[in-house]
Order: sequence, then C-alpha cells, then structure tokens
Amino acid sequence: MVTRSYMSRREVEQQSFSLSVAIFVPVGAILLQVLLPRLIPALSILDLPLIVTLFFAISRRSPIAGTTTGATIGLLQDVLTSQPIGVNGMAKSVIGYTAASLGSRIDVDNTSTRALLTFGFSLLQSVLLYLIERRLLGIRGFHLLWLHELLRAAVNTAVAVPVFFLLDRTKHQE
Amino acid sequence: MDFVTRFKNALFLILVLLAQAIALAMQVRTPADSNQPDGRSVRLIRMWATATVAPFERAAHAVGYGMHHGWSDYADLRHVRQQNKDLQQQITHMRIQEAAIAEDALEGRRLQAMLHFRENYVGSTVVAQIIGASGSDQSHVLLIDKGSRDGLKADMAVITQDGIVGKLRDVEATTAHVLEINDQTSGAGVLLASTRIRAILRGSIVGRVQIGNLTSDSRIKPGEQILTSGGDQVYPRGLPVGTIESISVDPDHQPYTAIVVRPAVNLDRVEEVLIITGTQSDLTPAALQDLTTAEAQHSADVSAERLPGIHDDQIPAIGANAAAPGTPSAPVQLTIPHPLPTFHADRYTSGSTPPASGMTPGVQNAAPVSTPQSSPPQGQPHSQPSTQRPAPSHPSPKPESPK
Repeated sequence: MVTRSYMSRREVEQQSFSLSVAIFVPVGAILLQVLLPRLIPALSILDLPLIVTLFFAISRRSPIAGTTTGATIGLLQDVLTSQPIGVNGMAKSVIGYTAASLGSRIDVDNTSTRALLTFGFSLLQSVLLYLIERRLLGIRGFHLLWLHELLRAAVNTAVAVPVFFLLDRTKHQE
Repeated sequence: MDFVTRFKNALFLILVLLAQAIALAMQVRTPADSNQPDGRSVRLIRMWATATVAPFERAAHAVGYGMHHGWSDYADLRHVRQQNKDLQQQITHMRIQEAAIAEDALEGRRLQAMLHFRENYVGSTVVAQIIGASGSDQSHVLLIDKGSRDGLKADMAVITQDGIVGKLRDVEATTAHVLEINDQTSGAGVLLASTRIRAILRGSIVGRVQIGNLTSDSRIKPGEQILTSGGDQVYPRGLPVGTIESISVDPDHQPYTAIVVRPAVNLDRVEEVLIITGTQSDLTPAALQDLTTAEAQHSADVSAERLPGIHDDQIPAIGANAAAPGTPSAPVQLTIPHPLPTFHADRYTSGSTPPASGMTPGVQNAAPVSTPQSSPPQGQPHSQPSTQRPAPSHPSPKPESPK
C-alpha cells in the first residue's frame, strides 16, 4: 500500500523574499508615494503601499506575516501624514490578513485574479478608512465618494498588474 | 490551548488591531497644545520618520528641480520680451492705482489710530522650498527644506505672493511640515472682503477649503474674495485666502451653509513659500518709502484735478516720475497762473486799484494810481490761460459806510 502525504496549497506554494527585498521594496514604495504626487499631483490617487502590501500578503500566504506587513507599511504611511498614527495601520492590517487568507485558497498568479483582487481590496480599504475616520475617530465631514473610490481602485489595478510582474522576479521558491 | 492554536491568525489580527486602536485613542485624547499638535511620543516617532525620509526627498527634489528648471529656463527665454513689455504696462497701471490707494491707506491709518488699533504687518520672512508631501490625498502636508535652525517655529504662517498656503506644524532642525489650509485638521480665521463677515475656514478630508459656520445670507455670493482676519493669531490680517466658489446647504450641520472656497494659491503646484517669522506694528522702511512716493504722486494728481487749466501741462512731469520705477518722485513744482497783459487798461484791470494805505475814507478815488504792466511777468509763458474771473459789466453797489 502506497502512503501519501498531503500538503496544503499554502505549504506547497509558500514563497519567501530576501531580507533586503522585504525591507527596501516597502520603504521604496512609501518614498515613491511621497515623491510622485509632488511631480504629478493627480498621482496622489495612487496607493503604492497598498499594492506592495497585497503583493507580499498573497505571495507569503501567511495571515500573520500579511498582518505584520500591512500594519508596518500602514503605520509608516501614517507617520508622514497629519492623521493620527494607526489609521492606515489598522486598514492595511486587515487588508494584509484577508489577502493572505485568500492567497492560500485561490490561484493568485493569474493576471485577472490579481487585477480583481487589487480592485476589490482597494475598495475594501476605502470602506475601512471610512469606518475608522467616521466611526472610530468621529470625523463627521468624512464622506465616501464612490466615484472617486472606484477611480482609485481602477488606477491601483492598472498599476498593480505590471508591478506584480516586476516583483515576481524577487521571489524565492521554497 | 487548542483554541489559541486553531485561531492564532485571527487572534494575532485582533491583537494588532486592538493595539492600534488603543494608540489611536491615546492620540485623540492627548490634550493638544497649540504649538504641539501631537503628544511627545508621537512627535518623536514623526521626527524620526521625517529624518529618515527627508534626505531622499531632498535628493530627489534637487535632481527634479535641476532638470525641470533647466528646461523651463530655456523655454521661458523665448517669451521674455513679451513678458517684459506686459510687465512694464502693468507697472504703469499699478503706479496710477497706487496713488489712489495711498489716500485710502492714509485714511485707514488715521481711523486705526483713532480706534487705537495696532495693525500687524509682515516684518520678516524666510524663503523655503517644498521638497516633499505626505503622499496621501487624505492628508495635505508639505515638507520644506528649512527648520528651527533658520528660526522657524510651529504655527508660523506660510504664504506665497498669491496668498496663504498654511502654517507650520512640526518643526525639526533642518526641515518642517507645513499643514496646508485644505487639510482636514487645518483652520484659519477669515473675513469676507465685501460683506465684512468674519468666519472660520477649514479644510476637508477631500482637500476642499470651506467655511461651515455661517448661516444662509443673501449678501454672500460666489466670487466674493476671502481675506485673513488676523483673529487666529497665526495669519496677519488682510492676506488673500481665495474666492467663494459655491454656496449650498450643509446637510450635516443644518441650518449652516457649506461655502466652498477656491484657494488663491494653487496648493498642488507650490514650489517655493515664504514663512512669516516676525510681524511688526509699523510698516517696513521700504514700504514707508513706497507709501511716501505714492502720497507725493497722489498730491500731484489731486492738484492737477483741482486746477484744470494747468492739467495738460503737468501730465509729462507725472508721466516722467512714473516711468522711473524704484526712484522716489521729485516734488512737483506747480506754477501759479498769472493774467495775460491787457491792451486797454481800465479801472477794473488787475493792478489798477491803489493800495489801501494810500486811500482816504470818504474820498472817491477818481483815477487809477498806476497802469498795469503791458508785458507778462518774466518766466511766464503767454500761452497760459487766465484763471481770473471776468469783470462785471456794471459797478457793484457801494456798501454803506459804517456809522
């Protein structure tokens, strides 16, 4: 009788990154996020830290790693704004956790799946930010502009697909 | 133990969220000093992050600035001649307007003195360049390349030649954060220019600048200019803020209106700013000199208007003063008009009346003592018209002598 050992999809395809990539890619994304809107103000609609969070979360396929990555990138983003520290941190923690959980269940190497994921998570982040600002911090003037958020999700998706391809080259298969 | 192992991922997320929620609550509850909007620990974290990011931003700005301005300097040269001509015309127009404004300024100063009101003029400024931004469209913060070493402090006003930009928030040694007026945490005391209504200007989460503490008023119309009121102790009074773009009912704060303001400064395209490091109650020497020049010119204009006969002759002199920008105008020498010489002198002719000292009360003066000069006074041109009133055709009734 042949004995088979079953391994989950997560265990089969869990990928890791070198320490330099894990540090410099998020920091580079935050720096670019700070610099690009100075050159082209319309690019403030783009959220590079979100794209990087999504990439690391779905590649590592570990909810704890995804949560940690999201929280770290979000908190770094908050430090450079006028907002209280934790607004983006909380939103991106949830994004990282959810993306990593989904990454272990579906094929995230497919381009259309990645595009759908980015679009969906961009909208989810808008809703999370709305809930944090409006309900947790009690800012009454905060409104969710759906058209603007849909446009943001579309722009993030358009940028995320090529960025994911570029970052795929930094992966180490385990 | 099984529970923890089974739900470790979810528990980890809950722990991370809980920690951040507590941190948020502490930040919101920390009593904010006007000079220190954040608590000490948050301020330290922001300072470290800024210190880490600033060198990269400074380098990127230097490279981008060099490339952008290298090209734009070349492109601008093509339009310099036309721009120069336009600017010369603008200077001429402004010098004409300046004379009218000088009188209003003098009147304003007299009224202020009467009310014991002390105006704060911009005393000293520091020029800084924008090297970075917050990178989020929900937070409108700029990073500038000057800090406490250059004398900057929190809450100093940041302006450009077009109007106000914001105020300093966190000031480090070599960098500082500028909180723009369209940030959701920003605010300023403003004045509606024509209606003189005071209001509070606030930013919003979507980057709009709006006034939300006014009830509906039919006098407030789109296009009205907004100025700083000086009441917030940050921005000096009278600086341009923007113009009213739209007025609508605020659904969140009935019965107040939501007045959207278009900022005077294009906040997305600011490259250089001025930080007001000091104000003074008197005008600067340069400003005083400008005002004196304007007053002198205004006096000349008023004299010319009141003496229409010499108006045309004085235009070249005023025009010559206006054509030399930056030089104080010389005092205008107005010539007193003299009558033209008469061909047939009579008793009504100017100068024919004897002096009062040579007249005796009750004795009629039969003949003129002297005839007028037949030649004009030296140095007076013949072309000057007479401003003397014509003599009456009949003698005026003799007044009764006192008893």
